[in-house]
Amino acid sequence: MRYSMAIDTKKCVGCGDCVVACQTENNVPHGYCRDWVVENVNGKYPDLHLELRSERCNHCDNAPCVRCCPTGASHIVEGGIVLVTDDKCIGCSACIESCPYDARYVHPEGYVDKCTFCVQRVEKGQNPACVDVCPTYCLHFGDLDDPNSDVSKALKDRQWKVLSPEAGTKPQLYFLI
Amino acid sequence: MENISEELIVSGRHIPNVDPYLHVWHWQIPFYLFLGGLAAGILFFAGYFVIAGKEKKMQATVKWAPILAPIVLVIGLLALFWDLKHKLYFWNLYTTIRVESPMSWGAWTLMVITPLSILWVASYMKELFPGWNWKFEILNRIEALLIRYRVVLAWVMMYFAIILGIYTGILLSAFNARPLWNTSILGPLFLVSGFSTGLATTIWISKDAEERKILSRIDLVFILVELFLIIHLFMGFWAGSQTSIEAAKLFLGGPYTVSFWTFVVVLGLIFPAVLEAMELKGFHVPKWIPAALVLFGGIMFRFIMVDAGQISHFIH
Repeated sequence: MRYSMAIDTKKCVGCGDCVVACQTENNVPHGYCRDWVVENVNGKYPDLHLELRSERCNHCDNAPCVRCCPTGASHIVEGGIVLVTDDKCIGCSACIESCPYDARYVHPEGYVDKCTFCVQRVEKGQNPACVDVCPTYCLHFGDLDDPNSDVSKALKDRQWKVLSPEAGTKPQLYFLI
Repeated sequence: MENISEELIVSGRHIPNVDPYLHVWHWQIPFYLFLGGLAAGILFFAGYFVIAGKEKKMQATVKWAPILAPIVLVIGLLALFWDLKHKLYFWNLYTTIRVESPMSWGAWTLMVITPLSILWVASYMKELFPGWNWKFEILNRIEALLIRYRVVLAWVMMYFAIILGIYTGILLSAFNARPLWNTSILGPLFLVSGFSTGLATTIWISKDAEERKILSRIDLVFILVELFLIIHLFMGFWAGSQTSIEAAKLFLGGPYTVSFWTFVVVLGLIFPAVLEAMELKGFHVPKWIPAALVLFGGIMFRFIMVDAGQISHFIH
């Protein structure tokens, strides 16, 4: 089993619903967020190209945060989801330094926090909150090993990219382009 | 009209210490890296001169400077503890050994070398302070054992001093996400720099001109090696990927250019090297000036590397 997410950059309108849904579902402290929207503009005026990306932890296959954690607080559970056990985390911030996507932060209570793919929902067979709330249906979640999952179907007919593949992390967020 | 490529987080993200620039490691980490390297340098040369049989000739190196090592290591440990954001859970470091995590290596290395340095100092207490009395017979017996096996202790201490010195660099170089740090030359560079600061401290303490001369000669070699490694560092970046080139640019025209080349390279390396060379040629140079410059350069080097490294990043 390999949970992953496909994000349709052509459909995203940058409304930020995914951000708010995550903050509500996961009690993210005020001023923090586990997901965010990036706007990329490139080209030459007036021929500009706009790309909107809803980003979060990449739940990497080769996760540097898990590798560098001195206590084993950062770990990978079934389906490849990267999690932090808060009472094993000492708040040394090594994992924050190790993440090329800057997806982690120190929770005001001292431990390191980040996107969990809403593991509490996924365990019940539901989608992460951001996926279910997206008004343009631009987020697709599921098991990559299952050809009939939402994410497998989304990736089948479309071109995609991952962020900073050269970082060697084997990220599991696929951006449909 | 130019081609543009801009990236902005449009959903509003102002996470403390992460946005707009990563800055989760503050002064505690570079300060600790400095103290760790310094202690490694002191302990390495203390061990070395005992093994070389020059204990009598190198009084400050072998006996006096090592008193500083455990003090400096404990201050460094306190700085590390201060930096932890989930302090009460720190003991989790010592319930596991994580081979892939440099932070874990460091925690365990400190747990070995700090007691070793205390044992080293204890074995010289009666020589340093003639009236010293251990009060308990068991302590006297331990002392006798330490003195008898001092050469063994020296070997073990030298070995762990090298691990400690290299690890202060590897702690940073293990982070692939920060291109400025992600170079294997950082381990040797921090080792050499740390040993140089250790030597500088000993030179400052030593009251024996002959001893200082020997130490200055070694320090001069270390400074030259360090300069060589710094040139190599930038050559490596320049021949690397765009992320490495961007990292090097922080020091070649970017925000750290003046501080790095002025404080680290000129004042912290070239200037003390010239002074030490002049002293060896027979000019009179107050011993504390090159020593203080090396220490200043060492601390600046670590502050700048830790700060600049956090700014360097991958380009999506």
